[in-house]
Amino acid sequence: MNTTPLYGLMAEFETPEQLIQATRRAREQGYRKMDAYSPFPIEELGDLLQARSTWIPLIILGGGIMGCVGGFALQYWVSAIAYPLNIGGRPLDSWPAFVPVSFELTILLAALAAVLGMLAMNGLPMPYHPVFNVARFARASQDRFFLVIEAKDHFFRYDKTREFLTQLGAREVSDVPE
Amino acid sequence: MIRRPSVVVRPNSMSQQIRNPSQAPVLEPGYTFRTVTEKISAIVLRGTPRAWYLGFAISFLLVMVLLLAVTYLLYAGVGIWGINIPIGWAFAITNFVWWIGIGHAGTLISAILLLLRQTWRTSINRFAEAMTLFAVADAALFPVLHLGRPYYAYWLIPYPNTMGVWPQFRSPLVWDFFAITAYGTVSLLFWYVGLIPDLATLRDRAQNTFVKVFYGLLAMGWRGSAYHWRRYQKAYFLIAALATPLVVSVHSIVSTDFAVGIVPGWHSTIFPPYFVAGAIFSGFAMVLTITIPLRRFYHLEDFVTMRHLNAMAKVMLASGLIVAYGYLMEFFMSWYSGNSFEEFLTLNRAFGPYAFLFWLMLLCNVVIPQALWSRRVRTNVFMLFIISILINVGMWVERFVIVVTSLSRDFLPSAWGMFSPTIWDWATFIGTIGLFFALLFLFIRLLPMISMAEMRELVQETSEGKA
Repeated sequence: MNTTPLYGLMAEFETPEQLIQATRRAREQGYRKMDAYSPFPIEELGDLLQARSTWIPLIILGGGIMGCVGGFALQYWVSAIAYPLNIGGRPLDSWPAFVPVSFELTILLAALAAVLGMLAMNGLPMPYHPVFNVARFARASQDRFFLVIEAKDHFFRYDKTREFLTQLGAREVSDVPE
Repeated sequence: MIRRPSVVVRPNSMSQQIRNPSQAPVLEPGYTFRTVTEKISAIVLRGTPRAWYLGFAISFLLVMVLLLAVTYLLYAGVGIWGINIPIGWAFAITNFVWWIGIGHAGTLISAILLLLRQTWRTSINRFAEAMTLFAVADAALFPVLHLGRPYYAYWLIPYPNTMGVWPQFRSPLVWDFFAITAYGTVSLLFWYVGLIPDLATLRDRAQNTFVKVFYGLLAMGWRGSAYHWRRYQKAYFLIAALATPLVVSVHSIVSTDFAVGIVPGWHSTIFPPYFVAGAIFSGFAMVLTITIPLRRFYHLEDFVTMRHLNAMAKVMLASGLIVAYGYLMEFFMSWYSGNSFEEFLTLNRAFGPYAFLFWLMLLCNVVIPQALWSRRVRTNVFMLFIISILINVGMWVERFVIVVTSLSRDFLPSAWGMFSPTIWDWATFIGTIGLFFALLFLFIRLLPMISMAEMRELVQETSEGKA
């Protein structure tokens, strides 16, 4: 074997159906530390790998609440406390006039939270990742489908896992150096 | 998780001969993951066509005109424009509302059609979103330039300052500032999130190291992991869900710039919905104006099919009818309200000194779009192109009529006045058109104008439909 430590084994498939099938079989074999890579979102893969996105809506909600409450508080404080101006005898706390800005800030902060939250949860930006060491992986963003089983998986045995991936119909199985 | 419907491609459907364009496929059959990726990324990664240089050069020349006009404006002040008292708002506000309205179709296509699961959005959303960004950039210039002292524009931002003053949050102009800022930022985020997987594709396809690093940095190490896709999709759908009410709110707030004022012809509760419909109307017209030459020049007829053009024409017709209803209600209310100033305003619009523009507006926005009822017109690309340009003109004229006729003759005849644009009004306006197209040309050259990831998904869905 190589002197560089091994991150895992990568199997390349030609169709999304093959990748879904392979992922299902790998799970049945007990593999857990693995990931499937595809050039477009495939829902079944997420289901099979039990990928979760429960935090995303909560982060967005948090951002939205912050924008709404913060925006309203800012306007109230400015208009009624810090810089009170009598405009046509209206009350200083003329809350209906504060609705548009509160709304805009709700959306703005929720959207910012959505993007930053999604990137943070995904660990992006991440310029280096072992999978990029395999030259053929460039096609993961184009037309090929990849399954990577990590070496630290409990059931990972180099020869057996390699054979398992080959017999799943992988076009090619490559070592992924760390 | 939201599931998208699979598209059924009818067998032996040759879209060019098809009778019913709404049954044409959203993607011509015969494409694979590889061929869609190659075709779209080649536009960015292969050489630049000569016509691109020509188009960019013309737009860039107009950008220089804009710079000249803005420089002179900063030097001499807003007096170089034709504005006066009573007509303090003229071209600047007309252009502002026109541009921001155009931007709205991009968000509508990308967000609302995504939520409504319309598959025909896929091949047009990317450049419609780009159009939004560039239109918002153009729009945002005008209120700032119109300030008189544009270098104090940052006073709109609420920040603790040594003067001890704060923005007036009861003013629609401050609402505008927040609306446009939020809208521009959210549109940019939505566009960028949509771009991430495609930037990764460009990174992986690039031959040249510099190009690879450039797209690699922008792609942030996206690798298409199933875990990432799940969070990505959830976030993308939710941003779409946030952008949808945002778009409605932005143009409603723009309309309150007028509706909150007591000037005849402005002080009306129909303004928010009527402005939003007008925004969609003009925005779709602009999308068609751009799409039609683009799909022809880059041979994208297989991706942007008659189905897309037909659907956009229908949206244009429907939103145009809402705009026509808005006009009708304005006329009705000016009579029904019994307010003599409102009544005078309507008569003045129709028969006063600006009557020509009023009738031009009705012709372009109400009469001509009725041709879209005909399927033959909707499937005639040339006719659609002409109609879309006329609607763009009509919607610009509409904003001019709203802004200028109301101000020129309000309550006191002694305060009446007339507006005529100077060469600097025109230079600024035409300059922003140049800026818009220059940015659009750069976008086409540097970024994939159709989402490759979504097209691959579409290939998968259509092949499932066939099986």
